[in-house]
Amino acid sequence: MSDAAHGRAPRPRSPMAPPRSFLWTRRIVLALLTGFVLLPVYVMVSSSLKPLEDVSGKFEWIPSTFTLRPYADIWETVPLADYFVNSIVVAGAATVLSVAVAVFAAYAVSRYAFRGKRVFTVTVLSTQMFPGILFLLPLFLIYVNIGNATGLALFGSREGLILTYLTFSLPFSIWMLTGYFDSIPRELDEAAKVDGCGPVKALFRVIVPAARPGIVAVAIYAFMTAWGEVLFASVMTNDTTRTLAVGLQGYATQNDVYWNQVMAASLVVSVPVVAGFLLLQRYLVAGLTAGAVK
Amino acid sequence: MTQTAVTPAREPAVRKATPGGARTARRSGRRRLALPYLLLLPALLLELLVHLVPMLMGIVMSFKELTQFYIRDWAAAPWSGLDNFSVSLDFDAAVGQSLLKSFLTTCQFTVLSVGLCWLLGTAAAVLLQENFRGRGVLRTLFLVPYALPVYAAVITWAFMFQRDNGLINHVLHDQLGIGDSPAFWLIGDNSFWALLAVSVWKGWPFAFLTVMAGLQNIPREMYEAAALDGAGVWKQIRHITLPSLRSVNQVLVLVLFLWTFNDFNTPFVLFGEAAPEAADLISLHIYQSSFQTWNFGTGSAMSVLLLLFLLLVTGVYLLLTTRGRKTSDV
Repeated sequence: MSDAAHGRAPRPRSPMAPPRSFLWTRRIVLALLTGFVLLPVYVMVSSSLKPLEDVSGKFEWIPSTFTLRPYADIWETVPLADYFVNSIVVAGAATVLSVAVAVFAAYAVSRYAFRGKRVFTVTVLSTQMFPGILFLLPLFLIYVNIGNATGLALFGSREGLILTYLTFSLPFSIWMLTGYFDSIPRELDEAAKVDGCGPVKALFRVIVPAARPGIVAVAIYAFMTAWGEVLFASVMTNDTTRTLAVGLQGYATQNDVYWNQVMAASLVVSVPVVAGFLLLQRYLVAGLTAGAVK
Repeated sequence: MTQTAVTPAREPAVRKATPGGARTARRSGRRRLALPYLLLLPALLLELLVHLVPMLMGIVMSFKELTQFYIRDWAAAPWSGLDNFSVSLDFDAAVGQSLLKSFLTTCQFTVLSVGLCWLLGTAAAVLLQENFRGRGVLRTLFLVPYALPVYAAVITWAFMFQRDNGLINHVLHDQLGIGDSPAFWLIGDNSFWALLAVSVWKGWPFAFLTVMAGLQNIPREMYEAAALDGAGVWKQIRHITLPSLRSVNQVLVLVLFLWTFNDFNTPFVLFGEAAPEAADLISLHIYQSSFQTWNFGTGSAMSVLLLLFLLLVTGVYLLLTTRGRKTSDV
């Protein structure tokens, strides 16, 4: 097999130069898409640097006065730091647990033949299509009732939210990792087993290192899912456990909307996720190519 | 799958070297049988607790008269037969009528949003397939809407759609002079288009990402052969690229459909608890009617109806697309 046939080799390119019609279509379409994508980002950044009276009046493309005040004020107007901590704890724990659970499950599905395998994969995947609203109400009652019966505070606590979010990313994670594990030659773990590794040891010694891109992709997905979820966060948190998803609306629902602070806070909560995502995005594309798209 | 069968046969041979080999081998055989289930156990328990049991409970609840008096002890709520369903489906009365309206709005919204997301995502991925200067930057840039947390992005759009101090009216009314007075975007009929714009902005990068991944699996030789036959770029796109994306599109369109139809986050953040009628998507509608009246029974019945609809559409869709694919493959 030539080098070109391997995945990340040079792009398919025709020996003929593309015609003008193609080049112009490409320029125009890509320019329009760039504008569409960047418009809100520009509004977010520029408005976060304006004083309050400038965001309350007519919109200005170029800020007439620059100020960094909103970035100081956001921490005072609402307890943003607390929300931040809650979001980090919830999304971080949900990610770690979800990836661990998905790795074990995907290993079983990829490497073993067992009864009920098809039922398991189909059921898990089909939970993806359930409307969140269908199990929001019962889950709300289950958590309240578990709390009443055992004193285990799942409703309104971080633990309850972690438990909920970790299952949100689970179906997609198991599906993608199974595809990824399937693409790893079985000879590798067979060899490890000959060397005296048990199945679990083989998983951690051989499969997990070989599947790193897939695991990173799944972790990004899990973290973003938990960081951005609004529906369950709005019902299942209270004042002390509120996450950013709900907390950010604190600026917007008061009588005076501090739009410059809303924009500053939006930017501050977005930067860590966007930066992390853009740094790791090649893994996501690689993971999708190997796992989901077959 | 075939190679797993080799494993147990080879294992005992290795174990025999240790004293008491036979017994260990038998025990390890039984353990081997249980192992996949043990590995699946955490996933299974979690799925049961958070998805499957609540779903079954939701179905049971839809047959109960579950009002606020029974929240603490839902099992004690009296059975109401099909009452909740007949209330939801009585299109002459207020509840059923508004549910039907919300359902139709959601259908219209979903078709437009999925179509546009797919179109933009495919166009961008195909145009970025060949290498040129700036390709990497654009590829990263186009993923930004996907990476931004939903609420941060949607709040920004809400600001842009403000009547008096938003960017949209500044451009349309002040700079382009459209309309006599600045329009309202977050209330009234315009809210449908505002919601659609946000939804497409948020959703198309996923289509882009998926199609991009799908493009990497098209063998390069196909393009080379086509070029030798004298096919230009447009012909190559039409006859090689797009047909090769068939199976990717099959999954992509279904996933986009389910996500968009169930979308709660976008309208919830854009409009707050109460969406204007023109943009009253079904998830938000059910949420609102459940938590406003604390009538979980009717809310559950509506959710079950929604699930049935989604199951039906998914089933028919998979049936049609896989059958179409099989005949074309033969």
